[in-house]
Amino acid sequence: MKLIKIDQQNWNTGIEKAKSAYRVFGPVKEKNDYEFKVLGTNEMPDLNFRNTRLSPKSIIYPQSQVMFTYSIDETKDDCRIMKEVENVTSPMAIIGVRPCDALSFPIVRRNFDTPEYQDTYWIKAYEATTFVGLACNSACDTCFCTSAGTGPFGEEGLDVLIIKDGDDFYTKIITPKGEAFAESAGWGKKEQTDITAKIKELKTAAEASVSSTVSTDKLKNKTILDLYDAPFWEEEAFACINCGTCTYVCPTCWCFDVQDETHGKSGIRMRNWDSCMFPLFTHHASGHNPRNNKYERVRQRFMHKLKYYVDKYDSGIQCVGCGRCIRLCPVNIDIRKICDKMNSFDTESCKCEATSS
Amino acid sequence: MQNPYLPYPVRIDEIITETEDKSLKTFKFVFLNASDEDKFTYESGQFGELSIAGLGEIPIGIASSPVEKGFIKFTVFKTGKVTSYLHAMKEGDIMGVRGPLGHPFPWETLEGKNIVIIGGGFAFTTLRSSIISILDPANRSKFKDIHVIYGARSPGMLLYKEELAEWAQRDDINMNITVDGTDDPDWKYLTGFVPTITEQKAPPGNDDTYAIICGPPIMIKFTQPVLDNLGYSHDNIIMSLENRMKCGIGICGRCNIGKEFVCKDGPVFTLSQLNNMPKEY
Repeated sequence: MKLIKIDQQNWNTGIEKAKSAYRVFGPVKEKNDYEFKVLGTNEMPDLNFRNTRLSPKSIIYPQSQVMFTYSIDETKDDCRIMKEVENVTSPMAIIGVRPCDALSFPIVRRNFDTPEYQDTYWIKAYEATTFVGLACNSACDTCFCTSAGTGPFGEEGLDVLIIKDGDDFYTKIITPKGEAFAESAGWGKKEQTDITAKIKELKTAAEASVSSTVSTDKLKNKTILDLYDAPFWEEEAFACINCGTCTYVCPTCWCFDVQDETHGKSGIRMRNWDSCMFPLFTHHASGHNPRNNKYERVRQRFMHKLKYYVDKYDSGIQCVGCGRCIRLCPVNIDIRKICDKMNSFDTESCKCEATSS
Repeated sequence: MQNPYLPYPVRIDEIITETEDKSLKTFKFVFLNASDEDKFTYESGQFGELSIAGLGEIPIGIASSPVEKGFIKFTVFKTGKVTSYLHAMKEGDIMGVRGPLGHPFPWETLEGKNIVIIGGGFAFTTLRSSIISILDPANRSKFKDIHVIYGARSPGMLLYKEELAEWAQRDDINMNITVDGTDDPDWKYLTGFVPTITEQKAPPGNDDTYAIICGPPIMIKFTQPVLDNLGYSHDNIIMSLENRMKCGIGICGRCNIGKEFVCKDGPVFTLSQLNNMPKEY
């Protein structure tokens, strides 16, 4: 790991230089929010944001992605035979990834890159990407990253971490990918500087600004059925309108649907983000639906993130504490509250009280 | 890196209408590229995704057995968009198959054991595959007694009628073919629901006897207590589940039951395993 200090001018010229080797994405202000966009010539990432409205998930995993093309022209030899789309991904760099969002990529990778099956689309995009993170100097009041496996200066999932201090960019080069990026930005020859103490000071202040937390320590000890059968699900789901905003904005939600779309004699097989909030997600052709009720779908979302994932991969929760689902939920369902409910749920005492909710 | 979503192109070699109401047809597929057949090396109990360009994909149990070479077979119930289209396709048409997917029945565990195969309605496809595999001369000696209890609503709704009749003649398999009811005076097999026939015909449970059950939920619901009474341990009751699927490889996220994906971690589970999982199927 290398620590260097870059001033505003070097930053600007570096980003501009990097564009010759990478497709560079960065936060850009769009109306009231920030979005990740490809940066054109002389366009700089706007780093004056708390966090972007959506995470950079869609850069690696587009909301709608063509998987195959086909022809249904009976006169053609390849009629009805799926053809792979050209899937060569040129190098990309995402500037300004917040540490919470950065952690989402290794979390999601466990789903797309398994010993048995490799999702070629996700993996190729992921491998072609360099993640240049931006540490948070102060948190939003919905942030709970420090109890969700990372923190405002978290490095997991990042190749470079930038710490902004006034006009200076303290730059931590974490991985070989990060080194290659620094090289192409012209920062490679910069002398290592001793800014460790300064960074530590900023980090401590940033961590102190994270005002909310979740408890996850007891999730592992409970059985899936204990939590699944807990009495609070219907009450917690009562206000939910199954709009799917939470899954749409979540950096760690990965579910998708596959659809064919034919125009004239040719068509595409594509995948689109899907959501466990929607009844059709699990609707059988027979009409039967194993998650027919709203509370069952709400339970699925939280159980997946906070219990199934934890058990399946023997890891932390499938949540990075970015707080987007809390900020954007139209009915104020709060994952922190549900997580604490699940974590503190006492099977034994519940059996005595009979179901109170 | 191999793209796990790319179907192998296949040609429909033969279509057999199985039932009198024409709702079930068996499709025999031949791989367009011979080398794809080697890649599609499967065991009884696994499934495939049948893919029709422009329509989509459907997960269907493999009805052929690995001992049958040169083709793969799937029996499909006409119910949704893809299956309805498939039922209207012709021999010679080109489509795709992905797989094999999921876990097969636990053949290593089943070696040296008695097996009771219990099926109802059209959930007899991977069971047909299993019976063909077991009865293959190279395999039959690996297993002890084989009992089959297979029921349908009426004689005309049974799948694989010729094979059933053939197996009924053999002395190395105990066939119990039943229908819910019939007015056919020539019906020479049993009459009665699957749970009742199971009660009468299945051997008692012990460590050396396994039951494989596939059927509609109502049949499973009433057969399970029968097996309990017969002394079957829940480790020895093997079931195959269905849920809505898309990817078939544990990635798209919809077919989970608790932390298990029916497609990748199943579709085969023991009843003991299911007892510790939510009932989301």
